[in-house]
Amino acid sequence: MDKSTESYIIDDQDAGLFRVNRRAFTDPECLQEERRRIFDKCWIYVGHESEVPHAGDYRSRNAAGRPMILVRGDDSVARVLLNTCTHRGAMVCRQNSGNAKTFQCPYHAWTYNSRGQLVGVPGEDSYSDAFKRDDLGLAAPPQVDNYRGFIFACFDPAAESLYDYLAGAREYLDLVADQSELGMKIVAGQQSYSARANWKLLMENSYDGYHGLPTHQRYFSFLSDIGIDFKGNNLGAPVRQKTVDLGNGHAVLEYQSAWGRPIAHWVPPFGEHRKEHFEQLRRRFDDRFGPERARRICETSRNLGIFPNLVINDIMAITVRTFFPVSPDYMEVNAWALAPIEESAADSKLRLDNFLTFLGPGGFATPDDVEMLESCQRGFANREVAWSDISRGMKREHPSITDELQMRAFWRRWNQLMTTPQIRRARKAA
Amino acid sequence: MSATELPSRQQVEDLLYKEAALLDEWRLEEWLELLAEDAIYEIPPTDVPEGDSRNTLFIVADDAVRIRSRVKQLLGKSAWAENPHSRTRRMIANVRVLGSDGENILVTANFAVHRMRYESVDTYIGHYDYKLLRRGNDLRIRERRVILDNEALRPHGKISFIL
Ligand code: FES
Ligand SMILES: [Fe+2]
Repeated sequence: MDKSTESYIIDDQDAGLFRVNRRAFTDPECLQEERRRIFDKCWIYVGHESEVPHAGDYRSRNAAGRPMILVRGDDSVARVLLNTCTHRGAMVCRQNSGNAKTFQCPYHAWTYNSRGQLVGVPGEDSYSDAFKRDDLGLAAPPQVDNYRGFIFACFDPAAESLYDYLAGAREYLDLVADQSELGMKIVAGQQSYSARANWKLLMENSYDGYHGLPTHQRYFSFLSDIGIDFKGNNLGAPVRQKTVDLGNGHAVLEYQSAWGRPIAHWVPPFGEHRKEHFEQLRRRFDDRFGPERARRICETSRNLGIFPNLVINDIMAITVRTFFPVSPDYMEVNAWALAPIEESAADSKLRLDNFLTFLGPGGFATPDDVEMLESCQRGFANREVAWSDISRGMKREHPSITDELQMRAFWRRWNQLMTTPQIRRARKAA
Repeated sequence: MSATELPSRQQVEDLLYKEAALLDEWRLEEWLELLAEDAIYEIPPTDVPEGDSRNTLFIVADDAVRIRSRVKQLLGKSAWAENPHSRTRRMIANVRVLGSDGENILVTANFAVHRMRYESVDTYIGHYDYKLLRRGNDLRIRERRVILDNEALRPHGKISFIL
């Protein structure tokens, strides 16, 4: 039987039951299909335009299984180029980041400019007239686009536009991007880590409100140690909260935060002397957006999952996180902090402090998440237990952030892409 | 004795070896006693090893309050990433007393920390930059900066113990 068209999920809406076959986390053939059907078909986040502010600035990136270069050309356009020499294949960019007028391939010294055009070929007179430099610039993904600074690439030339692909997620990206009057920037410093677990476990975890209290007890005890009172305002019983299916596999949790938000939501641990400053910031938001939207931007937190592998958690700080599978049971994770360009040095320090108390490979929470994902992956060795249950809150009219609606949105989309026969036929024909 | 009168290398080695033993043995409360009241503990990100934690996203940037909170958590039972505790073994070498900045004694040393857990061995390699103070006949750690040579935390995934 052709395994790839067999459903990986049980989605019984009448009964309120949703299950995912654990083969999705362990099967090497499933990963091969994911590369073709997910990472080669969807819009994949590559980087943020603020990471290459000046002409010639570049960053090496690995996305969708490919080495790429995010580079700002001398025409000030930010591009995504594929990091492979069109001569015989060597990588033309061998640094993680920098500024360069040209990329010279170390193998035979072909040279490309910052727009990716081939501008130098040693001994060019040895080639025939059929050899055209213009055809041999660095290749680019068939589609590259930018939504409010977030740059995505797509390897399917026939795919819908980024704008349409993002669907309901645009509204939430706007709530993040609107935090600055000048634009948002990625702060220096990348957290590069990994987990010995399937990549989809991190997607689930990144917007899993149910695990907050049991997994992160130590964070909540830290919060109460520093004097944050979150009675009636914690992850278990938030004041205002919702979880929303945003279409195309994207989903979000939105809730009143227990923690302070450096954007404009003051809490006592930030210090009495900062209170007035934060109220001032908040008034600017009220003026720009009106009190309701200002409240939403400043006081609520968002755990946003953009299908398939971009997470923007706008919580006690803003983390931008992507992760790619290397094997079914191992992923590479990259995370950055996002902040308003105009943020003062003092607020920026506060934001980074807030970030590190929870997030990142040395934070007070992320190591415990990684531990849990790795623990699930080890548990999957018990193949006799074939299914994971993801039906929490399925019969509820308004699922809460501790329900699993967001994961069901992800898995339905994932299953659809993985099992639609047309996609497979098209590939066979090709 | 002035606060910044330079100690001998052996004195500094005694301190660092003792620290290594306390951390490897998970005697973290005793480790805290080696620190000055205003101690800081930092691990810069692997791509900006020279960064400043005020404007760069670090892996760890603890002030004294957070160091104590970290220790309290690690010794509690809900730091799942270290419950059960991993086994670690530290190798400290190339210890050098570099001088003084007027306030602190500057020390550097290389390290290899091996962490064993669930049949994996992860190795963290790098160097420490210390700022030390004299307290009577003892030395106290004022600043402990851990600079990793690892290009990324792969496959380690996390730094869930005191590196
Ligand atoms: S492979 Fe790049 S110049 Fe030959
Ligand atoms: Fe978590």
